[in-house]
Amino acid sequence: MRLDVILRIAAKLMIPFIMLFAIYVQFHGHYSPGGGFQAGVIIAAAVILYAIVFGISAALRVMPRAAVEFMVPLGVGIYAGTGIVSMLLGRPFLDYDPLLADPVAGQYWGVFIVEVGVLVTVAGAMLAIFYAFALRGRP
Amino acid sequence: MELISAIVEHYNYWAVIFLMVGGLYIVVAKSNMIKTLIGMALFQTSVYLLYLSPGKVLGGTPPILDKAIKTYSNPLPHVLILTAIVVGVATLAMGLALIVRINEAYGSIEEDEVIDLVDREDAAE
Amino acid sequence: MVLLTLIAAITVGIIRLKNLFAVVVLFSAYSFLMASVMLVLDAVDVALTEAAVGAGISTVLLLGALYLTKSEEAPARFSSLVPLLVAGGTAVILVWGTWGLPDFGSATSPVNTGVGSEYIARSYEETHIPNVVTAVLASYRGFDTLGEVTVVFTAAIGVMMLLNRGRGKGETQGEADGVGGGENGEG
Repeated sequence: MRLDVILRIAAKLMIPFIMLFAIYVQFHGHYSPGGGFQAGVIIAAAVILYAIVFGISAALRVMPRAAVEFMVPLGVGIYAGTGIVSMLLGRPFLDYDPLLADPVAGQYWGVFIVEVGVLVTVAGAMLAIFYAFALRGRP
Repeated sequence: MELISAIVEHYNYWAVIFLMVGGLYIVVAKSNMIKTLIGMALFQTSVYLLYLSPGKVLGGTPPILDKAIKTYSNPLPHVLILTAIVVGVATLAMGLALIVRINEAYGSIEEDEVIDLVDREDAAE
Repeated sequence: MVLLTLIAAITVGIIRLKNLFAVVVLFSAYSFLMASVMLVLDAVDVALTEAAVGAGISTVLLLGALYLTKSEEAPARFSSLVPLLVAGGTAVILVWGTWGLPDFGSATSPVNTGVGSEYIARSYEETHIPNVVTAVLASYRGFDTLGEVTVVFTAAIGVMMLLNRGRGKGETQGEADGVGGGENGEG
């Protein structure tokens, strides 16, 4: 019988809500405090809590190392790719006006896509750094 | 009365200075490298506060637009500091990684001990 | 004001304590208080980030580093008089400088009449995003943020390069990790 039952049950209860809060912070970031940075860090914190309570190997099954390391450049790619798309449409780099027919809507959704890129990079980078430290002590 | 208003108006800045100088003192005086990194983090957070303090407008609200509100605090420092915080933790992680490698190579996280070891290795060559 | 005094007290604790574990825990409390101060200063986005990053992630990273190294600081070898003088001198000069700074909370100071108020006035018509911080972060200052995301990316790569390799014997371990990431990237 493990002695950390309370911790494990509490973590099990909390982690879905932490993830839900991260998604809320990300997608409601246009109307309330929040955005890609905060959501990325909160997602990373949820996975780190899981790793601390249930062991690093359980966390590695949920978020494999290769996937986390792939997320780091993917987010930068999404961000820079948005800029390059607007360049291909004949406007300066990172000008979101031409992404949609209406420039205001273009700005709105351009910001949205860019924030997703930020989320992916920040969550991936924080988890990659955490895994690097956590797996260092092992043979 | 003037003295009290002067204190109230400058209290934020003085707190910033105290934190900044505390960080500086740790960086200069301590030779433990993890403590030095924490000192640099202290210095960094004091700069966040230095940026945010002048942006506050008394009676203002957070810069989320609404028809009912007229006064907002300045959003520009918030943007700058938001990015600075995430960069700060990334550089902190980088520094810690370097310290872990130094500890593996020399068995110490004290700056002067590591310097002694390096000097001895140089003399032996 | 009370919060700022508490923060100052914690700083003294961080400077004086020798046990690094206690220092890390104090630093976590410091970050949380700092987030509260930022909330009072109307910087809600920043407070959210500082609470998650400062009190959460960096504490975990510092504890991870302590686990891999040592958690006790060696006694000081030199006297701390000279650093104290340097720090005190800097403090005096900086306090002298604060008399030139704008009064706290003034809406007419140069800081608050420049480009910041311009953003507040224009961002809703141009982007339809009520949260000005999000609009400025991703749209008006998109270049800044791209560079900043690149910094995070670079730091992650650096940490992985430093720590993912084995201790001397495990060179192939690090190589295998790199190849694994590459394959995933293509798939």
